[in-house]
Amino acid sequence: MQLAAKLVDVKKEYVLKGETVRALRGVSMEIPEGDYLAIMGASGSGKSTMLNILGCLDKPTSGKIYLGSDDITTLDDWHLSNIRGSRIGFVFQSYNLVQQLTVLENIEVPLFYQGNVSRKSRQRCIELAEMVGLKDRLNHRPTQLSGGQQQRVAIARSLVNNPYFILADEPTGNLDSVTTEEILQLLDRLNAEGRTIILVTHETNVGERAKRIIWLKDGEVEKEVNNRKTTVL
Amino acid sequence: MPLWKIAWRSIQHRSLASALTAFSMGLGVALVVAVIVIYGVLNQTFMRSAQGYDIVVGPPKGSPLEVVLGAVFYSGYLSDTIPYDYFRQLETGRYSPEVETAIPIALGDHIFGMPVIATAPKYFTKLKYLEKYNYTFSSGGNMSADSDFEAVLGYTAAKKAKLKAGDKFKPTLAKHIPSKEFPEPDSFTVAGILDPTGTPNDQAFFINIEGFFIMNDHLPKSALNDVMSKRQTEDKGTEAGGKRISAVLVLTKVQDIKPTVTKDERGMETVNIERLESQKFDPATMSLADRLVQDLDVQVAKPAYEITRLFEMIVGKIQIVLIIFAVLVIFVAGIGMMVSIYNSMNERRQEIAIMRALGAKRATVMSIILLESILLSLGGGLIGMVIGHGLLIGIGPIIASAVMVVVNPFHFQPMELALIPGLLVLASLVGYLPAVIAYRTDVAQSLNP
Repeated sequence: MQLAAKLVDVKKEYVLKGETVRALRGVSMEIPEGDYLAIMGASGSGKSTMLNILGCLDKPTSGKIYLGSDDITTLDDWHLSNIRGSRIGFVFQSYNLVQQLTVLENIEVPLFYQGNVSRKSRQRCIELAEMVGLKDRLNHRPTQLSGGQQQRVAIARSLVNNPYFILADEPTGNLDSVTTEEILQLLDRLNAEGRTIILVTHETNVGERAKRIIWLKDGEVEKEVNNRKTTVL
Repeated sequence: MPLWKIAWRSIQHRSLASALTAFSMGLGVALVVAVIVIYGVLNQTFMRSAQGYDIVVGPPKGSPLEVVLGAVFYSGYLSDTIPYDYFRQLETGRYSPEVETAIPIALGDHIFGMPVIATAPKYFTKLKYLEKYNYTFSSGGNMSADSDFEAVLGYTAAKKAKLKAGDKFKPTLAKHIPSKEFPEPDSFTVAGILDPTGTPNDQAFFINIEGFFIMNDHLPKSALNDVMSKRQTEDKGTEAGGKRISAVLVLTKVQDIKPTVTKDERGMETVNIERLESQKFDPATMSLADRLVQDLDVQVAKPAYEITRLFEMIVGKIQIVLIIFAVLVIFVAGIGMMVSIYNSMNERRQEIAIMRALGAKRATVMSIILLESILLSLGGGLIGMVIGHGLLIGIGPIIASAVMVVVNPFHFQPMELALIPGLLVLASLVGYLPAVIAYRTDVAQSLNP
């Protein structure tokens, strides 16, 4: 079994107003390729810290992180930027599209930062826009789109670099129930096609769409729900 | 999509703030452009206008610069006169072997706000303007040596006075005493109107000096040219009939006395002073100048030398002060730009974090912010150049009437190009602080504020 990512005894501590906050207290987990994992927990459980570390947006205080078989724990900012641009696809709660760029350009942005823009890649961006049902909106700006459409652009953008995994942070948090279902169906479809999806959410109905749920509490893995079979750690 | 395009889109996204920032930068650039163009045109006009002849023989009172400003640029006035006989001595007398051409001038009244200069017809045949050009006429021709009451008008003077060839005009404000020789106050006939020369001559009325002497004889003592009239009267019956003139323009036979004009790297033309000073030892010219001073009650001024000194000592320094002020305006505009970009950084923190999350490196986001600063500066610079030259359309006529130099608003000075690297440096400096903020943005914290 190939691993998309692996965490070994990952700890993260912050100093906040003179006090040390232990956000992650030694989390270990393996995320196989093709997995659909939901990370859940209450506010302050360490979900966001976990997402930042998995997304190479932050570094752990200790422990090891592997993407594929590569240890990325000690990489510098330059290399981490490269990894974010080439191996991870981000989907955010507030879509985080670049307002001044068109739909097509937004999908293309990660390639641009990697210096991979070409006529072929432009064609791929158009295909991705078509896949998420936005082929007729290529030249629209984010402000001209609905929330669901913006999130679909974000999903298309997350796929453009053919990532190891898609990291989705509360992807339906700003959407109504109908649009939420559309987005979740899109993620289901991507997972069915073999994409690895890591979902961070506090919504149970969203988390239940995943194959596995890891519950965090106070910076530790509290339990793992696998195909409705619960393992308490 | 190149980096500059992302930067440009950011500028477009904040179009109002960006436009105001570029405009404030443009105002500073406009001032610099106006100062550069005005100085360049003044410099060129003054330097080159002073080079049609080698020396000016004028009255001993006042400084050589006064003689040059009065006799060449018709600016200010000469506080004394010299006997007409001195001109004769230069033209046909004992100094004539060393003199190619001597031309008398007598400064008269101002009419229509422009000077009247009495001179000989050969002024327009023997002298050249701006170093090398022969005088040509847009209508009519030169005044005839046989007709004492003919005149030649500068192009602008004719336009302002609404006179054309064949018209008559009165060259003085003074009341005249009618006589058989000079019966009418407006007895001078326009023989011709010069083509534009870009020199003070464009705004001058040239009358035949013979007619001037006759006219002066018939003016009361209190007439406009007091000094001239008084001395004319006092000296009556003495040498050359007591006639007095303001100065004599002299072209010597030693042609290599002419100073060389060199262009510096900015394309600015300057007179080579070293060469001028070395000419002090030129046996022909200096002995003539020395002898003139020694023998006659005159002073000898070298126009090119005096004007070069004037520019170096005063005008050049004024230009530097003006440019310092203008650069300060640009600097203040630069600070304004920095504040504008800096303030936008707060709202852009998330945007930068998104860029970074999607793979942009620290250096990339820093470059985008710097590029924004550069694009705003260069845009402001372009606006400034347009405004600067536009300003000259407004102030050109004021300069023309004040110093008799026509400033072409569309005249481009090569030194303006120096603004481009200057703006690039300024943009890099003012963009640096916001760029560093972009560089240091904490992605994880800024992504979900």
